[in-house]
Amino acid sequence: MSTTPPALEARGVSQVYAPPKRAFEALARRLGAAPPPKGIQALDHVDLKVERGEVVGLVGESGCGKSTLARIVAGIRKPTSGEVLVDGKPLASLAGREAVAAKLRTQMIFQDPYASLNPRMRVAEIIAEAPRLHGLIRGSESDFVDRALERTGLDPSFKQRFPHQFSGGQRQRVVIARALAVNPGVLVCDEPVSALDVSIQAQVLNLFLDLREQLDLTYLFISHDLGVVQHVSDRVVIMYLGRIVEEAPTDEIFARPNHPYTRALLAETPRIALEPRDFNPISGEMPSPSNTPAGCHFHPRCPYAMPICLTAAPPLETIAPGHRSACHLNKVPSPETTEEIQE
Amino acid sequence: MEQTLAVRDLQTHFATPDGVLRAVDGVSFEVAPGRILGLVGESGSGKSVTGFSILGLIEPPGEVVGGSVAFEGRDITRLPEREMRALRGDRIAMVFQDPMMTLNPVLTVGTHLVETLRAHRSMSRAEAGRRACEALALVGIPAPAERLDAYPHEFSGGMRQRVAIAIALLHRPALIIADEPTTALDVTIQAQILSEVQKLARSQGTAVIWISHDLAVVSALADDIAVMYAGRIVERGPAREVLASPAHPYTRGLIASVASQNQRGQRLRQIRGMPPRLLDLGAGCAFRARCDHATAACERAPAESAFAAGHHLRCFNPQR
Repeated sequence: MSTTPPALEARGVSQVYAPPKRAFEALARRLGAAPPPKGIQALDHVDLKVERGEVVGLVGESGCGKSTLARIVAGIRKPTSGEVLVDGKPLASLAGREAVAAKLRTQMIFQDPYASLNPRMRVAEIIAEAPRLHGLIRGSESDFVDRALERTGLDPSFKQRFPHQFSGGQRQRVVIARALAVNPGVLVCDEPVSALDVSIQAQVLNLFLDLREQLDLTYLFISHDLGVVQHVSDRVVIMYLGRIVEEAPTDEIFARPNHPYTRALLAETPRIALEPRDFNPISGEMPSPSNTPAGCHFHPRCPYAMPICLTAAPPLETIAPGHRSACHLNKVPSPETTEEIQE
Repeated sequence: MEQTLAVRDLQTHFATPDGVLRAVDGVSFEVAPGRILGLVGESGSGKSVTGFSILGLIEPPGEVVGGSVAFEGRDITRLPEREMRALRGDRIAMVFQDPMMTLNPVLTVGTHLVETLRAHRSMSRAEAGRRACEALALVGIPAPAERLDAYPHEFSGGMRQRVAIAIALLHRPALIIADEPTTALDVTIQAQILSEVQKLARSQGTAVIWISHDLAVVSALADDIAVMYAGRIVERGPAREVLASPAHPYTRGLIASVASQNQRGQRLRQIRGMPPRLLDLGAGCAFRARCDHATAACERAPAESAFAAGHHLRCFNPQR
């Protein structure tokens, strides 16, 4: 295992979205009447590894940077700093045929199958376009499309139809068929079932699990739904406001969540319960990424925040085999904090 | 106890060029004061149209063609529009999924609240302002006095939904109809809103209809659950009863297909096929094409029958 490099790796990846340039503000700044612009720090030195054959679930609330990270590791967006490695090779250093191969190796699946299919293209064209361009079709294109559709559980006789003639679940199958048509090794899936009805979600999740087995795929699976992530993932990564706060094997993180944010997320994820329950939510909201708090990003909402949390960002440190967490509480806790934890 | 709302055999149809679409087809349920009813269903099942029908908000080509909606003992389906307007926002309030659509972007939050107050009660602007401030505080908006002058876009999604709920609560309605109010929100914010709604229903005796596709959310909140499929309620009863011993094959399938109910990495138990198009329904049980227990009897539509005390079912082959 140690000899094979990770299928996907992000090293120290940061992403800052610069504010839009406005003439008046630029002038004001030149005259010294306005502060320098603050960008939006979507990602702050994120390290992420996805081993070959692994399913990594990436969880976080809207605005935490999970979709930005997905686009960066899929090679769609260049990070402001840091690097992305595909099979151990830095993506930025590749050129020519190698760069194309690396791009094809990682395919992305988006949340909304209504927005990600061209409404004016027939399904056969949607699926065959990329592999034809890259010379990946051996034999007849019609047979190729039939096989691609069958693989995702669609009837090949539908291939001359337009996307609007399919239901949401079928459309997501078309999206998956299109992604698989270029023989990728890795699928980066950004909320792939969130837009689907509950009974259809199960069907599409089953398809993901089947395809993983048949094609030996690696997934980075992004979702806000912890139930879904728990079901499909081998390992779970939790993000909060541009940073990874905790990562661990799935069973470990659900049995022994360490970070206060992870614990709050687990406690508040609705599960089918037989009794109405009393809610005990953490207060506050995730701050805007354009105005991040100093120190630990979670401290304004954290019931255990200590003085150090207001000034120093806790590093992501190993607390058990394969389990890393970024929380000051894990370092030799002072007496009063242990008391609080025990409560 | 007198029911706040009793819906009987409600039918809402839409006339389309391809035929009559029976969006709500014989729906019956009741909600008592202080109780929360979770109305669960997939898209197109008719759960939102049921909510709109109760409020008299169905517009052509749609029409409430049958049944009755008794609110505090009075049938409101034939009420003149003027009287209906007096009820809406006062005795019956609604909260929608997207607060950005319900709030007017060019009015301040305070204006929304003050307008709603003065539409139903005569009171001075100062008095209305004071009440508005209290309402924002009640739903947990920090520094409410300052936030009154803010515009909707200055609020986060969760805060906007709190404003929508504050508006709904202004006149202490007897009934709140909430249509997917937390679907667009993050889980930690969702938990905050659910917590507020639960407290308010308990403390003020408000009856709540909580419309959602998410069985897990409903199970955490509701006292009673009604499951809709293709325009009909296929199963309803006390939440505990419906979740612990679901009898309709569709309810059972829904509960089984939730990811957290299954073993990790195993295939999920799925309901095969997909929801039918309402125009192609024909006679018979709408679920029969996807049902593992369908028999010849299912070619006729099953009537609603009592399965256990308070537990109603539309199925010829209930499962135990």
